[in-house]
Amino acid sequence: MKKLRMLSLPYISWVCMFTVVPLLIVIFFAITTPSGKFTILNISNVGRYFSVIVKSILLASIATFISLIIAYPFSYIISRIGGRTGKIAMMIVMLPMWMNFLLRTYAWMTILEKNGLLNKLLVYLNFSPVNIINTKIAVVIGMIYNYLPFMVLPLVSVMKKIEPSVIEAAQDLGSSGFSIFTKIIIPLTMPGVVSGVTMVFVPAVSTFIISRMLGGGGNLLIGDLIDMQFLGNSYNPHLGAAISLVLMVLILLCMSVMNQFECEDMEGKLV
Amino acid sequence: MKNNVILRLFDICAEFDDELILNKINLRIYDKSFVTLLGPSGCGKTTTLRIIGGFEKPTSGKLFFNSLDITDLPPYKRKVNTVFQKYALFPHLNVFENIAFGLKIRKFSKKEIERNVAAMLELVNLKGFEKRGIERLSGGQQQRVAIARALVNRPKVLLLDEPLGALDLKLRKEMQTELKNIQQQLEITFVYVTHDQEEALTMSDVVVVMNNGQIQQIGSPIDIYNEPQNAFVADFIGESNIINGIMYKDYMVGFLGHDFICVDKGFACNEEVDVVIRPEDVKLLEAGNGRLEGVVESIIFKGVHYEMKVDSAGYSWTVHSTLPKNVGSLVGIDIDPNDIHIMKKMEI
Repeated sequence: MKKLRMLSLPYISWVCMFTVVPLLIVIFFAITTPSGKFTILNISNVGRYFSVIVKSILLASIATFISLIIAYPFSYIISRIGGRTGKIAMMIVMLPMWMNFLLRTYAWMTILEKNGLLNKLLVYLNFSPVNIINTKIAVVIGMIYNYLPFMVLPLVSVMKKIEPSVIEAAQDLGSSGFSIFTKIIIPLTMPGVVSGVTMVFVPAVSTFIISRMLGGGGNLLIGDLIDMQFLGNSYNPHLGAAISLVLMVLILLCMSVMNQFECEDMEGKLV
Repeated sequence: MKNNVILRLFDICAEFDDELILNKINLRIYDKSFVTLLGPSGCGKTTTLRIIGGFEKPTSGKLFFNSLDITDLPPYKRKVNTVFQKYALFPHLNVFENIAFGLKIRKFSKKEIERNVAAMLELVNLKGFEKRGIERLSGGQQQRVAIARALVNRPKVLLLDEPLGALDLKLRKEMQTELKNIQQQLEITFVYVTHDQEEALTMSDVVVVMNNGQIQQIGSPIDIYNEPQNAFVADFIGESNIINGIMYKDYMVGFLGHDFICVDKGFACNEEVDVVIRPEDVKLLEAGNGRLEGVVESIIFKGVHYEMKVDSAGYSWTVHSTLPKNVGSLVGIDIDPNDIHIMKKMEI
């Protein structure tokens, strides 16, 4: 026992150094003035950016929802293929993740810009070009593209755990297509949906690169706001820390709501 | 008194990845009977069951249910239900919801569902477990839920795929009796898959012995045990001594250098045959008596009897007897004509 505790020491000190202490510093900054006096002004000032916060949550929610819609059937197919083909399909999903995040987002800029690939293709096919770059749509596309694998991975892993015989049992008892889906597959994959949604929503709501590169100047998100307080021209680390804190609380709230779903699911199992 | 044929398999062949799994299976299953498909793993018994359930399509051949062709009918339209090998219970539903699943799909009223599920829980001795989650049941209890979940739909035929395979010996024996009782009480046809010959003999009205995708023998447990049609059946059902022999003429067979009178006939003159003798039918006598002589090589106590290996002219007999002999002692061996079973050599 004692030896085990000794072994955990490096990890504990790591967590203290790089998680707990920085968090305390953020909290400290959020509730003090530049001269070090206590204030709640920073936090109350966050209210001024209410619309940005709402927009961030809205765009991240849309991106998460669309990711789920795309990933769900796709994951199901991958999980049923199995074997070599399944592994290759999984590889293809993961492949973009091996490239740099910035690079991937740049690629979308060249696709979506006014004279980009998409519009060239549309013109070539005799359609009128569309204006996507620097809009909310471009930001959502960027979020979906970058975070889709985080939705696919947990979904595939829960779907793989569904025994084919459970589906056969449902068929045996009179279920066909749609009722198997609603009565068996959806409830059994709920834990994967919950973790997938969390894993996409959290980075999407706090992103700043995607919104800056694809959203132009007009689509600031919370992430950009925080970034500006530290590195931008409106230098104000105290306000930045306060926004970070509010964002963190919001994410925690979202996650606990999501976990509630999972808990209900568990309770159904245990009662 | 024979009932109607409820299921008929006609020339069923199944091939997966160019491998022949079932080779022309022809089988009539009578209503209200307990039929067991028995064979070693890979013999095609589970595939046969899955074809009846509709989870697998035969490559050729037809399947009739009450003389209606149901070969292409999907599983959810068949009047059969299955108890799966590893139960395949729905992990997100409790005991009540699992059993009610089929009735809910068929849009039974809430009252009817409650009444039927309660009756089933009573039948399988799980009263009071309605709200229990599946993960908190023992293997035996899960098994009972699986049986109740299938039976609640009042199937004409219940398919059971090695349902007791995961249970310990004592529980398995209990469940064997219970299943047999349920089958007789509800008057449903059971098609039961197992590799356990003892299970097959205890429970069934009809045993279908399978090997290499073919039916080896169909018969009552007594027929199968006493009159195996070939050496495979003889060896698979209980232990057997299988010896090469030559049929000189009707009622006369020679093996291990001696002639024996037997009760079989109808073989060609001097045809090579398999002579099958059950271990409990080998009589050990004092040295000097009996037509064969042997040396006891080993002896193991098995509870009811001793199992001895006796070497005689290079053949090692398996002998079951309640009277032990000393290892190394010389003994006489003899066999009653009634206990000598002659079988055609299997074509391999």
